[in-house]
Formats: sequence, C-alpha cells, structure tokens
Amino acid sequence: MYVAVKGGERAIENAHAWLDDARRGDRDVPDLMLDQIREQLTLAVDRVMAEGALYDPDLAALALKQARGDVIEAVFLIRAFRTTLPRFGTSEPVDTGAMQIIRRISATYKDAPGGQVLGPTFDYTHRLLDFSLAQSPDIAAAPEAEISTSSVPHILSHLDAEGLMQRENAGGGPDVPDLTRAPLEFPADRSLRLQALTRGDEGFLLSLAYSTQRGYGRNHAFVGELRIGHVRVSAFLPELGFEIEFAEIMITECESVNQFQGSKTEPAQFTRGYGLVFGQSERKAISMALVDRALRARELGEDMAGAPAQDEEFVLSHCDNIQSSGFLEHIKLPHYVDFQAELELIRKLRRSAMSEAAE
Amino acid sequence: MTEYNFAYLDEATKRMLRRAILKAVAIPGYQVPFSSREMPMPYGWGTGGVQVTAACLLPEDTLKVIDQGADDTTNAVSIRKFFARVAGVATTEATATASVIQTRHRIPETPLTEGQILVFQVPIPEPLRFLEPRETETRTMHALEDYGLMQVRLYEDIAKHGEIARAYAYPVRVEGRYIMDPSPIPKFDNPKLDNSPALQLFGAGRECRIYALPPYTRVESLDFDDYPFTASKAAGQVCAICGAEDSYLDEVITDDAGGRMFVCSDTDYCATRVAAQAEDAA
Repeated sequence: MYVAVKGGERAIENAHAWLDDARRGDRDVPDLMLDQIREQLTLAVDRVMAEGALYDPDLAALALKQARGDVIEAVFLIRAFRTTLPRFGTSEPVDTGAMQIIRRISATYKDAPGGQVLGPTFDYTHRLLDFSLAQSPDIAAAPEAEISTSSVPHILSHLDAEGLMQRENAGGGPDVPDLTRAPLEFPADRSLRLQALTRGDEGFLLSLAYSTQRGYGRNHAFVGELRIGHVRVSAFLPELGFEIEFAEIMITECESVNQFQGSKTEPAQFTRGYGLVFGQSERKAISMALVDRALRARELGEDMAGAPAQDEEFVLSHCDNIQSSGFLEHIKLPHYVDFQAELELIRKLRRSAMSEAAE
Repeated sequence: MTEYNFAYLDEATKRMLRRAILKAVAIPGYQVPFSSREMPMPYGWGTGGVQVTAACLLPEDTLKVIDQGADDTTNAVSIRKFFARVAGVATTEATATASVIQTRHRIPETPLTEGQILVFQVPIPEPLRFLEPRETETRTMHALEDYGLMQVRLYEDIAKHGEIARAYAYPVRVEGRYIMDPSPIPKFDNPKLDNSPALQLFGAGRECRIYALPPYTRVESLDFDDYPFTASKAAGQVCAICGAEDSYLDEVITDDAGGRMFVCSDTDYCATRVAAQAEDAA
C-alpha cells in the first residue's frame, strides 16, 4: 500500500549539501576569492548593491559567490540581510555637483564647463572576444591625468539659468517618505517612485524605457548628462551639532531632457527625467530617467494613452525583482489541496454537462 | 543564535506589525497596509505569515506549521526550522497542543480552541483583484461597500456552469461588511472560519497587507438564496489510511494504470486517528 511521502526534512538537508557541493565545483580549480569578485566582476557587484539597496561591495561579492553568480538571488541575499540592520537616521542630500568624476558625458552639448570625460566605458570597444584574456595577461596601468579639484556643474544648470528647464520641487529633509518603512500606496509621490525605481529590476526598467522610445508613451529624451563618480555622504548629528562625512560611494546619475509643449499655466519648456543608481550602472540610470519622465505624464497633463510606462501602479507594483521572482517561483511549491478542489470541480462540471448532453 | 533578535525581526518592526494586527482585529476583514520586510525566504513562500507569526510569538509558545495540511511538506519544515532556530520556541505537529499555527492552504480538521492563533499565508489578499487589477479602485470599492461586481461574477458562473465555479479561495463576507479572501484554502474549509474560538490572522508579505478574524466572528461564504454555498470535497470517498469520512482528502496516484487512493490532507488528524484505532484494538 502507498505510504505518504515522509522525510521533507532530510530531503532539504541533502539538497542543501548538494547545493554547497555544486557551488564549489571542481576542487582542482582554486576557490573564488571575494576580492577577485569585488575587483574583477565590479559591474555585477554594482548591480547587486543597486538592486539590493545596500552599498557594501564586500557583502555584494559574498552574495554573488553564495548565489553561484545568480544576480537576482544575490540581490535577495543582500535584501534579506539589509532588513535586519538598524536604521540610524537620514543622510544629508548628496551633492552630485561635487562628484569626483570618472565619467561624464552630455549628448546635448559638444562641450561644456568640466568637459566630456569618457572614463572606463564599453561604448566604443568593438565587441570582439579578446582571447588573450584567457591567458591572464599583464595589463598596463591606464594613463593618468591630474586630479581635478574644481567641481563640475551639472549641464542642465545652464538651461536652468536660462529658465528653459522646469523647476523641481526642493523636497528633501527628514520628511522624505521611506519605501522600506511604509507600504507603497498610490498615488505615490515622485520621491517614492524614484526609490522604487532605483532598486527596481534593471531588465524590467530597460524594457519599459525602450517601450517609451518605440511609441508607448513616447516622449523623446536627450541624455542631458550622464555622470559617474564618487560622492561623499554625510549626516547631521544632533549630539555633535554639525555634519560629519561617513562614507564615500560611487554612483551613476542621469538627467534626461525632454520637451514639454507647455500648458495653460506654463510656457513651453524642457522637463527632466531623473536616474540615480549605486555603482557604475549607466544602462539602469538612463532607463530610470526615461521611466521617471514617463511616469510624470499625469502631473504634466500629457496624453495618457494607456502606455505601460506611464502607469504608476503597473510600473511600481512590478519593478521589484525580489517580489516578482519570489511570487513567480512560489508556484513550484505544493498546491495539491487547491488542485484537488479544482479537480473535483472540473469533474463535477463535466458530469453535469455530459448528463445534460445525454438528455 | 545570537546574531538575530528573538523571532528574527527587531523589536521596532515587531511593534509596527502588532499595530497593524491590532487594527486588523479591530476592523474584521479589512486589509491593513503594513510595511512588509524582506524576509530570508522568498516572497510568495509565506513571508506575510512568517512576519505575523514573528510578531505574535512569545518564548513560551508552541508552534505548528502546516502546508497543504501536512507538517512534513518541505516549506512547512523549512518555516518550522526557521522559528526553532531564530526564536527557540517549542514546535509540535499536534493541533491541540499548539498555541500558534501557521498554515498554507488549509485549516486543521481538529477544532481550534480559545487562545490559539491561526496564521494564514496569503498570496493575493484582495478578493476583488481578478475583477479589477487596480489597487486604487478596489480600495474605493471596499470603502463604498460596492460589491456588485463580485455578485455579477458569481451569477455569471451559475448562468454558465449551473454553480459557482470556485473551488478554493472562495470569497467570504465578514460580519456583514467586508468581502474577504480566505487565502487559497479549499472551500471545504470555509465553514471553519465562521464563529471560530481561535484568533485568525492573515499575512500577505509581498502585497503588504494584514487582515484578521477575531474569535467568534461571523463569516459567511458568498452565495445566493436559491444557490446556497456547499462545502465540497472528493465525493463518496473515505481516507484509505484512517477511514475518516469527515476530513478533506488528497487524491494520490498510485500506479500508471489509473489507480488512485484518497488520504487525509491533514496528517496530524490522520495520525491521531490511526493511533487511537491501534489503542482501541489493543
């Protein structure tokens, strides 16, 4: 006679042991060290920090190793760790104008104060496999220039000075809502939207941004400025009575420039989409700026033709890859009680349909 | 385990959860938004239930975790081990001796008693979601008690199939006010929700909602006067192991020639009956 399957506990333990074994792979190959991941898979580390919403390259490297390189699984590990950390307070707004730039480009001006800095980009590489990398060649140090200490003003500030750029609300301060401390409710204000987008899935935002370019909520965007570099993070400590700097982080910032036809109350001007992401992640930052701008359609009184990227509930409810992958993958769990109920229902409906047909 | 606070979550988070639970108890069937945390298991695997359980647990509690009615299904094992590790509470498989029971998709067959807490894991807390995908709309519908859409949907089922074609997650009305999703329990379990002596809490982590049925709350499954609700299960079958006629049965395929058997989905209920029968025989 059939005996109900027992031993879930042992099965889980054995599965975990197999996972550990498979993660290590061939023991003749040296174990991957965290500093190798941190130094040589930097952009993967950056993505894990951005979507994990925790700036810590060492932990992100550990998460990548533990996740066997599965980025979403690594993001999940970081989020689950992040949630246990106490929250001390709110930092002062980061001054991205004072960024130590490693890359800064504008698609709207040929040159501007501060210049165009290409930095370490794939942009103009030919995508030919470099077989020499397989041999671990010595790589010469890149040529260096003098460190510039002058701050590099934002490109859009020049448009701003001319009054051509829509003014942003000042915002900021300790009253900024926190996505991780209050449930997301709709309509969400822009700062909440930006919080959700900056930790949202890169692939999802990329597709949404692309859809706006192809006409689903079209609003042509120029990359007014894209800048990557280090900024200082500081906090005001009431006990001390002054601000202290406590971290230096690398971020990517993108400001898009979009035309706005004007409305009854405002003359035609340019508007801004904004993207800000931990680490070096310009694909994500540009995507975020385009989606941010698309989500401003209602506020700006633009045509809402039902484009997904303009739909706040659609975008914000589905951009988090930890939520989406969790719910998607939960259908692997047993559902046999529900399925049994469905089975009975279908049999019953079929029985009554058959007997009606027979009559 | 010293790295984490009792029951994993920090005290401030537990306080936030308890506030949401108290509000939910005060307004039975109303979905209270709460600031759901990332948990060390994926969304969709019971994070809402785990957070509610974490907020309710005391060191002296005894915890039971079931999935599909069984204590030994992998996810139930995983969640039970999680709390044994981060809260150090006693665990049990016996419904009667548990003070907190976390469940996915079932209500135990053994009647619950006063003082017990039953925590449901909820995937989609909004009973109107499949009629109206927008949260802004469904919240308004609840506020205005505008449930016509649901009635029409159930009526259409009857017009098309001759009965309400819902086998699980069958919607209920709480104290004559809010329509509530009872989580994906088979409709066989719906009558157990009504007038239960236990406190029933529902946690939806990914959707950031908590709702509750305080003890002795009136819970009616939606129906029509001429098409009354019936709690159904496998017709004409008894459990092949313990012979129970009154329990919900899982169908198990036993060979590739169409052979099948029916066994209790509630493993504790089944095992308890088998033990009692053995005692009687001896």
